[in-house]
Amino acid sequence: MTAILDFLQLHIEMVYIVILSIFLGIEVISRVPSVLHTPLMSGANAIHGVVIIGAIIVMGKAEADNWLALVLGFLAVILGTLNVVGGFVVTDRMLEMFKKKK
Amino acid sequence: MSGLLTLAYLIGSITFIVGLKMLSNPASARKGNLIAAAGMFIAIIGTIFLYEENGERLHNFGWLFGGLFIGTVVGVLAAKKVKMTAMPEMVSLFNGMGGACAMLISIVEFDHLANGHITVNIGKFIQDAIGQAAQHGDINIGAGFGNPVGKYLIILLGLIIGSVSFAGSMVAWGKLNGKVKDFSFNGQHIVNLIVLAAIVIAGAWLLIDVHQQFSGGNGSWTSNPPAAPFPNIELQSMADTTLINTLFYVTLALSIVYGVMFVMPIGGADMPVVISLLNSFTGVAAACGGFLYNNPVMLTGGILVGSAGTILTILMCKAMNRSLKNVLIGSFGAKATSAGGGPKDQGNYKEVTIADAAVMMRYASKVMIVPGYGLAVAQAQHVCHELEKLLEEKGVEVNYAIHPVAGRMPGHMNVLLAEADVPYEKLEEMETANAAMPNTDVVLVLGANDVVNPAAKNDPSSPIYGMPILEVELAKMVIVNKRSMKPGYAGIENELFFQPKTSMLFGDAKSVLQQLVAEVKTL
Repeated sequence: MTAILDFLQLHIEMVYIVILSIFLGIEVISRVPSVLHTPLMSGANAIHGVVIIGAIIVMGKAEADNWLALVLGFLAVILGTLNVVGGFVVTDRMLEMFKKKK
Repeated sequence: MSGLLTLAYLIGSITFIVGLKMLSNPASARKGNLIAAAGMFIAIIGTIFLYEENGERLHNFGWLFGGLFIGTVVGVLAAKKVKMTAMPEMVSLFNGMGGACAMLISIVEFDHLANGHITVNIGKFIQDAIGQAAQHGDINIGAGFGNPVGKYLIILLGLIIGSVSFAGSMVAWGKLNGKVKDFSFNGQHIVNLIVLAAIVIAGAWLLIDVHQQFSGGNGSWTSNPPAAPFPNIELQSMADTTLINTLFYVTLALSIVYGVMFVMPIGGADMPVVISLLNSFTGVAAACGGFLYNNPVMLTGGILVGSAGTILTILMCKAMNRSLKNVLIGSFGAKATSAGGGPKDQGNYKEVTIADAAVMMRYASKVMIVPGYGLAVAQAQHVCHELEKLLEEKGVEVNYAIHPVAGRMPGHMNVLLAEADVPYEKLEEMETANAAMPNTDVVLVLGANDVVNPAAKNDPSSPIYGMPILEVELAKMVIVNKRSMKPGYAGIENELFFQPKTSMLFGDAKSVLQQLVAEVKTL
C-alpha cells in the first residue's frame, strides 16, 4: 500500500493531468451529432495510437543482444504505426466525403 | 527530457485536444483530424531524435525506421483500399493494433524490470539525487528507486487493458466481416466474472510478491543507500523471479481469454457500441504507457480518448435507447433467437414486380428512401442516387430517412450516401423523417430491417423494444427490398413485412435499383 502511495506521490502531477484530461475529454465531445459518431470514433482511435511513442522508446533503447525487446519492440512499432497512420487516413477518407456535399 | 522534446509533447497534447474538439463538429472535422495527425507526427519525430534516458539517446534506428516504414505503407494501403462499407471492421482492426502495441510494450518492460540485469551506477545516481535535492531543497534519495510496486502496477494495467482491447477488437473485426459467429452459452457472464476475478487475483498476487521481495530482500534497499565512496554495484535481478514471471504470463493469457469471451456473445446493432468501448480501453492502455515513461503526450492523448470514447459509447447507447449494461450483458442476438423461437407464422407477405414498384414511385408525389445495410453491402448508393435524381426530374419529391444507427455504425449511412454525392439536404434525421411519414406516398426500404421494425414500439418482449425506429408503417405504401425473408442482423422477425400495405421486392439492392432505374426511364 505504501509503495502505491509513494508512486502516487511521485507522479502527482501526472495524476492531476489524468483527472483534468478526463473532464476535458468529456467536455470536448459531449454534444456531438450522431452523424459524426463514426468518424469521431475513428479519429479518437488514431489519437490513442500515441501509444506508439512507448513502442519507439522500447525499441530504441533495446540492447543489441536483447532479442525479446528487439523483436517485440519492432512488432509494437509496426502495429502502433498501423494504428496511427491507418486511423488518420481512414478518418480523413470518411470526412472527405462529408465535405463534398457543400 | 530535453526542452525541445518537452515542447514537442506540449504541441502534441494541444493538437489532440483541439483536433478532438474540431472532430465533433461537421464543418471543422476534417481539419481537426489533420491537426491531430500533425501533432502526432511532431511527437513521434521528437521522440525518435530527442528522447534520452539517463543521458542516453535512442539507438536501433534501422529497426525503428524499418518498423515505421512497414506500418505506414501497410496502414495507408489498407486505409485507402478499404470499402466504405467495411469501415467499422477497419476501425476495429486498427484499434486492435493499438491494443496489441500497448500489450507488447508491457511485456518488454516487464521483462526488463523483472529479469534484466540492471547495472546501476550508484555513485552517479546518488550524485544526481543530491544535485536535484540541492535544487529543490529537500533530500529524497532513493524515492524513485525504492519499491517498484507502482511500476509493476502500471505495467500490469497496461498489459491487461491492452490485451483485452486487442483480443476483443480482433473478435469484433471477425464478427463484422462475418468470419466469426455470435457465440454464447448459459452462465457465460458468470464465467466471464470468474476470469476477471482470476486476472485481478493473479495481478494482486504478483504485486504482493514484488513488494515482499523488495522490502525484505535481496539486492534492494529502500531508505538507506550505500554510503560513499559510491561503488558501482551491479544489482542482479531479484532472488526469485519464477513466480513473478509465471503470474505475469498467466495474467496475459487470462486477459486475452477475457477479451475474447467479452465480445463473443455481443452482436447485431450493439457491435459499434462495443467497438467504441474497446476504443476507449486502448486509450487508457496508452495512458498507462504515459505513466510508465513519465510521458505527458501519451498520458493526455490516452486519457482524452479514454474519456471521450466512454462518452461516445454512452451517446451511441442513447441513440439506440439501450443502456450500456444491457449492451454488455444483454447479448442482443442470442436472446432474440430464444425469445423469437424460430420463424413465427405471421401471415402472408405479398410480392411486387419491378414494373409495379416503378409505377408506384413514378406517380407518387412524395417518396422516402430508407437505406440500410443491404444497400451498403450491395454498394448500391450510386444507383440509388441515380434513381432519386431520375424521380426528381419527373417531379417526384424524394428524400432519405436516416436512422441514427442505419448500417453498421452510427453515421455510417451518411458517409455512404455522401460518397455517392447525395445532397446533404436530402438526408432527413429520424425525427423529421417520422414527422413526414404520414404525408409520404411510397417508402422504399433498401435492406434495412431492425430500424424499421414496429416491434420496437409495440412488442415489450422484443429484444429491440424501446429502440427508436423509423415509423415507415405510417406512410401510404411501403416497398421493402430484401434478398430473402430471412430475419435481419439482430435475428428478429419483422411484422412490418406482413402488413397489408407492405410489398416485398426481392433481390440484391443494386440489381433491383438498376432495374427500377431502367423501368422508371420508360415511364
